[in-house]
Amino acid sequence: MSSYNNNSVRLNAATKVAVFGGTHGNEMSGVTLVNLWMKNSNEIQRKGVETKPFITNPKAVEKCTRYVDTDLNRAFTAENLSAPGGESLPYEVWRAQEINNMFGPKGSPEAYDVIFDLHNTTSNMGCTLILESSKDHFNLQMMNYIKKALAPASCLVLLNEHPLLKYSTSRSVAKHPVGLEVGPQPQGVLRSNIFDSMRVIIKHALDFIELFNEDVEFPPCTVEVFRVLERVDYPRDANGNIIAMVHPNLQDCDWEPLNPGDPMFQTFDGKTIHYQGPGTVYPTFINEAAYYEKQQAFVTTKRETLVASAVKKS
Amino acid sequence: MDTQEGACLPKLSRVAVCGGTHGNELSGVYLIKELMKRRREADDEEQPILVLSNPRAAQQCLRYIEVDLNRCFSHDALNAPLSDSAPYEVIRSREINAVLGPKGSADSVDFICDLHNTTANMGLCFISCSDSDWISLHIFKHLQLCIPDIPMRYLHFDLSHDEAYSLDSVGKHGFAMEVGPQPHGVVRSNVYTTMKTALELVLHWIRLFNCGTVFEGGPVDVFTLVKHVDYPRDCSTHDIVAAIHPLLQDKDFCLLNPGDPVFQTFSGETITYNGSESLYPFFINECAYYEKGIAFSLSRKSRVNVPSLRANRDQSR
Repeated sequence: MSSYNNNSVRLNAATKVAVFGGTHGNEMSGVTLVNLWMKNSNEIQRKGVETKPFITNPKAVEKCTRYVDTDLNRAFTAENLSAPGGESLPYEVWRAQEINNMFGPKGSPEAYDVIFDLHNTTSNMGCTLILESSKDHFNLQMMNYIKKALAPASCLVLLNEHPLLKYSTSRSVAKHPVGLEVGPQPQGVLRSNIFDSMRVIIKHALDFIELFNEDVEFPPCTVEVFRVLERVDYPRDANGNIIAMVHPNLQDCDWEPLNPGDPMFQTFDGKTIHYQGPGTVYPTFINEAAYYEKQQAFVTTKRETLVASAVKKS
Repeated sequence: MDTQEGACLPKLSRVAVCGGTHGNELSGVYLIKELMKRRREADDEEQPILVLSNPRAAQQCLRYIEVDLNRCFSHDALNAPLSDSAPYEVIRSREINAVLGPKGSADSVDFICDLHNTTANMGLCFISCSDSDWISLHIFKHLQLCIPDIPMRYLHFDLSHDEAYSLDSVGKHGFAMEVGPQPHGVVRSNVYTTMKTALELVLHWIRLFNCGTVFEGGPVDVFTLVKHVDYPRDCSTHDIVAAIHPLLQDKDFCLLNPGDPVFQTFSGETITYNGSESLYPFFINECAYYEKGIAFSLSRKSRVNVPSLRANRDQSR
């Protein structure tokens, strides 16, 4: 029945699961879904699992803004989580500590098993799952399951394991953090199709957890991922002002190959700036509104196939 | 003054272009800054007045700091006493009125084009409080002729000049130029280019007009606002309980008939349009209008016969 070999990973049942919405208060699919589930959580309950819907940044949600003092989804650093000062800290740092107490502590055995963090992007990324570790076989299997369940509709996996570009997300307090990024959707806007897509992804994700907890063994599989390589900023003048826009040929072309020499930016007076990298890359997060201030026009990725070990409840 | 041959209007000597009236509508913000930069580099006197309307909001990439600047320009609002604690935008509206107005007086600029973006799929729209401003209507006709591939509409909000609250109403003639869809806080190159091309054509028309060109009359379809429709909301919390239906999303200016789907509740039910008249929707799912209680607006289409137009040869005013 089940194969015991070096490629099989045994894990405890995933019994503590959370769904975060409103980590960015103007990303409306997650805000709306979590609010819905907080009123009635039937849809997200599965046998043997307590799934908790939770609004992570209520002040930002109230103002329909990304954050109040600082980006909550960058705030879960070790330094922040241990910073003294309580309520005199920047709001999101204090909130990160609260969330770490409720759903962590990050890195400890008591931490939540899985946290899904719901996000939207203005980029044309479609349905994207964000993975923080290439060695998280549980997550790889879950993402494989979700992709197959959604097919032929597309759901891609973005792997951000980059030592410098990786950031301390709200979901990172869990043992298995899963980012859901669905776009394109303007900030502050709720689009039905985007909302429905996110809802279906969560449904499949929770189905996977239920099956896993019921002793289903998921055999080894391969998962295609896009691994983050580098951040590319907008061209700027000496004062730091943006002097060009994402080129019309690149706009909305998330996940499509960008080759050396391809148009990349267009200045405000119409000149083209070309991509000068050494090889073909796969850009994503192209023209995300929130990243103008983070000096990012897009990130480049490379395609990789990861092998996931078999996974079974121990 | 209209003659049997058509209309004659004074030359447009003083023209203003405004951007960043909403600080997160970035095509206008970047276009105004680009025009200002080129102005510094090439000293050209025949250029319009350029205004970055809400610099603090633009700096923070917000629609506004305290109140919506583009609702501050009605005659009553501009003439109300100014308190010490007046919101930033109210003070700013008085500054703009001093430079481009005073609204309603002979000293106001002849023409204002105010640049905006929308998250709605509206293409290029002129928004005016008049359906008989021959200047604006002829400019629209000119753009239709020159850039026929760009979907464009003329939107009319039926308000008297005094009641009109938007910045473009400070001048004797003018309109807001709205281009979408573009998320707030983002500049999309195609949207920026459309706005830049359209603005160049507006200014080109004004030069032609001022040089004595006679513009032939003809029909223009005008969409006049009838009403706004809000989202269905929860009675106690006032939270929205439905989203724009997928069949209505992005269908700005596609005729909406009684019985057509308009909303989809979060439990998947369809809510249909229960009006009695087929109307044209616009500003469908505009981000900034959630707080104003508008999911979409509805308009009636009518045909306006625009007379031929030329500038007065006699420049006495």
